[in-house]
Amino acid sequence: MKLKIFFSVIYFLFLAPLYSNDEKTKLLEIYKNLRCLVCQGQSIADSNSDFAATIKLVVQDQVDEGKTTDEIYTFLVSKYGEWIVYQPTFSKNNLLLWVLPYFVFIVGGWIIFIILRKSKNNKAN
Amino acid sequence: MKISFVKIIIFSLIIFILIVFWRGLKINNNYDTKSLIGNRISNFKLFEINNEDRYIYEEDLKKNKYTLINFFASWCAPCRAEHKFLLNLLNENKEIKIIGINFKDKKINANNFLKELGNPYDFVGIDTDGKTSILFGIYGIPESILIDSELTVIKKIVGPIGQVQYDDITKLTQ
Repeated sequence: MKLKIFFSVIYFLFLAPLYSNDEKTKLLEIYKNLRCLVCQGQSIADSNSDFAATIKLVVQDQVDEGKTTDEIYTFLVSKYGEWIVYQPTFSKNNLLLWVLPYFVFIVGGWIIFIILRKSKNNKAN
Repeated sequence: MKISFVKIIIFSLIIFILIVFWRGLKINNNYDTKSLIGNRISNFKLFEINNEDRYIYEEDLKKNKYTLINFFASWCAPCRAEHKFLLNLLNENKEIKIIGINFKDKKINANNFLKELGNPYDFVGIDTDGKTSILFGIYGIPESILIDSELTVIKKIVGPIGQVQYDDITKLTQ
């Protein structure tokens, strides 16, 4: 019995707050990736608007129901379109958006490599 | 004259970036709900404003040829302005049933609003905390959604219904 009480105390003192912090962090992460549609350049996390407050309630409910972050985003995208999430999902319409940075990074690196090699060769000659 | 391959690539990249910026300037960055037309409405349960034991859900709306779901509140001035168009729809368009959803309002004020201006609604639902509005993709009121018997969104009207929107609804439901 004493052991049970001991473990319960340990749980409530240390593990429960950890769990609740986890949930808070998850919620904040979701709010930060959601655009407030009625505000100028604010996320749901930053906004105090009525719309943001309602979205927060709905997200909180869905987290409590055990839905994953992706499921919550999919739900909101189905209701408001892709515009509601800051990080768009991968599709053929935004293929360039995802691929271009890597392409520029590789091509840029290659150009720098060629230029450096050329200048090295010139110096050697 | 020998043009190096690297220069061609850099030049092409600059041209490409300029084209992307130029096109980007022409894109409308304001949020609109055009992309939601064609989506289906599902998983909702609307409780009646004066009797929360009574409710409707998607199967009830499938019986209607067309349904206009209108979000309103007594504190919303544009809702007053659009109300006469809703009453006109009720009187002149027999193909359509109008469902009102009272948004973040006090029951007594909503009832007074309907008593004063007339009740165009077949059913008045309640959304005290706004959560139901999220199920319908609403982000401000007044907002209305026209759906068919398959619950597919045919038109979404953000803001009050005026003569133009009224004519659109009439055209779409004929």
